Amino acid sequence: MPEIKSFTMNFGPQHPSAHGVLRLILELEGEVIVRADPHVGLLHRGTEKLAESKPYNQSIGYMDRLDYVSMMSNEHAYVMSIENLLDIDVPIRAKYIRVMFDEITRVLNHLMWLGAHALDIGAMSVFLYAFREREDLMDCYEAVSGTRMHATYYRPGGVAKDLPLKMPRYEETKWKTKKDIDKLNESREGTLLDFIDNFSDRFPKCIDEYETLLTDNRIWKQRTVDIGIISKERALQLGFTGPMLRGSGVAWDLRKKQPYEVYKDIKFDIPIGTNGDCYDRYLVRIEEMRQSNKIIKQCVEWLKNNEGEVISDNNKITPPSRDAVKEDMESLIYHFKLFTEGYCIPKGQVYSAVEHPKGEFGVTLISDGSNKPYRLKIRAPGFPHLAALNEMVAGHMISDVVAVIGTQDIVFGEIDR
Amino acid sequence: MNDKNNLQKKTFIEQNSLLQNLFGNELLKFKFTIEDDDIVIFENEKFLEVMGVLQNNKSLKFETLIDIVAVDYSDYEISEWNAKNANNKGYSRGVKKDSSGRYTYESSKTHFNQPKKRFGIIYNLLSVSSNTRLKVKFYCEDDTNPSLPTATTIWASANWYEREAYDLLGIIFINHPDLRRLLTDYGFIGHPLRKDFPLIGNVEVNYDLEKQRVVYQPVTIKPRVLIPKVIREVLEKEDKNA
Repeated sequence: MPEIKSFTMNFGPQHPSAHGVLRLILELEGEVIVRADPHVGLLHRGTEKLAESKPYNQSIGYMDRLDYVSMMSNEHAYVMSIENLLDIDVPIRAKYIRVMFDEITRVLNHLMWLGAHALDIGAMSVFLYAFREREDLMDCYEAVSGTRMHATYYRPGGVAKDLPLKMPRYEETKWKTKKDIDKLNESREGTLLDFIDNFSDRFPKCIDEYETLLTDNRIWKQRTVDIGIISKERALQLGFTGPMLRGSGVAWDLRKKQPYEVYKDIKFDIPIGTNGDCYDRYLVRIEEMRQSNKIIKQCVEWLKNNEGEVISDNNKITPPSRDAVKEDMESLIYHFKLFTEGYCIPKGQVYSAVEHPKGEFGVTLISDGSNKPYRLKIRAPGFPHLAALNEMVAGHMISDVVAVIGTQDIVFGEIDR
Repeated sequence: MNDKNNLQKKTFIEQNSLLQNLFGNELLKFKFTIEDDDIVIFENEKFLEVMGVLQNNKSLKFETLIDIVAVDYSDYEISEWNAKNANNKGYSRGVKKDSSGRYTYESSKTHFNQPKKRFGIIYNLLSVSSNTRLKVKFYCEDDTNPSLPTATTIWASANWYEREAYDLLGIIFINHPDLRRLLTDYGFIGHPLRKDFPLIGNVEVNYDLEKQRVVYQPVTIKPRVLIPKVIREVLEKEDKNA
């Protein structure tokens, strides 16, 4: 029998560690990877084409479904591009709400990443811990928008509604006694802001718990240290952004370098790594959660002390109030025009980017003066990261593929679009 | 209007002394024009030279290619809604039949806007070291077989962006190492983001009981657009808060 030197293996698209629908064609030599060819597009929904056929406001919901673990950050980039082209102002309170929810989203995303990444390389319990905290943050999403995931909360000109004064509470069931329910409802007695405040008080302890499980864990270190090393220069060359770039030691964060909304008034630090391996990126993301928590706390503080509008009163862009529609002719006209035809945006082209939990999420919006986007291009941070997968896994063992996919924080909603 | 444009042209490059320096010295020998206030257009023959300068300049290094945006301009400024006649019975039907959302593959598009060049490609560059962004644009010479040289030799991240642009808009990147389709299905025909590709697509998949496998068949859904594309007067600054 002739000796087989290298062989090709198919990985995915239904592999649980493929984080969705990644199909990899791996060329192996024994257990060492020679080449990895990602086949993507199994989740391609044509978001950009669909957006071209709809008025601007109707595409906000599609943005949630791009990176479906950090919904509001996607909306943010899209809404910001519309605002930039229209040249309209956002009330300051809306800016703080946006920053707060961007950071809640970052924590949500990093918790999901941490749980899934740890699960992929053999640590089950972190997943359970991470989802415990995610549940609380999901409730915040639900409280402001009515849905746990696809919020459609950010609107051009502000946010859909002001923060609710009551936090939804658990009700008594035959499986849970009154005592249990009271304990669960303890932090939900006040407003949403009280709830978030309470969360940000106890969250650093939770991060400590995850770190106890992982940071000095021998198995965790064996699986992540020196895996998928990317140098500074190479990371820039490959178009990396976000934690992937910071893990390689480049202190680049749009929140600091090209601040949008109110980030310039907020105190936080950018953590960076030194080696650019999976372990460094893990440490960077853990520290980012702590920094996000700090930002959330500052926003809560400000929002508690300052009232105000949360959406622009330019009724050509934002719907007039229900009461006004019933009494005022002008408002009725605006309401009708907005919900039938939408609004036209002056001719032009804009690129707006936000520091998404995964990196730089940008939206290029080209308008030809009509009520629909002429061209919408979504710059998904995961796209260049996955493109570099071949480079990151070549020469590693087959089990490291899973570690590298995990460290890239791949979500197919945004890559396939 | 022209004065305003000139003013902005000035500010865009003058905003940043590093950019000013770059365009004043190393890029001076290339002819460029400015579009939409902040996009610089160069000629195609100089593609690699220009990109090389942008990446290697000593004072202003564009280390990262953030994004490549390819655009099909064949539908630019074409409105679907042109109700011209109005009498006491109402308005005339204004909707045009062959807009991108409405036609099917057989009844493909006949009315094209005739832009000077149909395909434009915008390279969105970022310099991390000096915190500067620059958008560079090239128009493809040939409308039927649009092509450009590849940028993969300059920025590694161009690889997938170019594959995507090839897949969705059919732009050929010359000397690209691996120009395959990326996002669409294996064996897909057509380039979906072109304006003459119907929104409903042209094929759908179905499980054939007799053949016992998945088969492709022409789409059975009807094209439908609820809201026509209209172009209206640009919002003026003063009625912003009306």
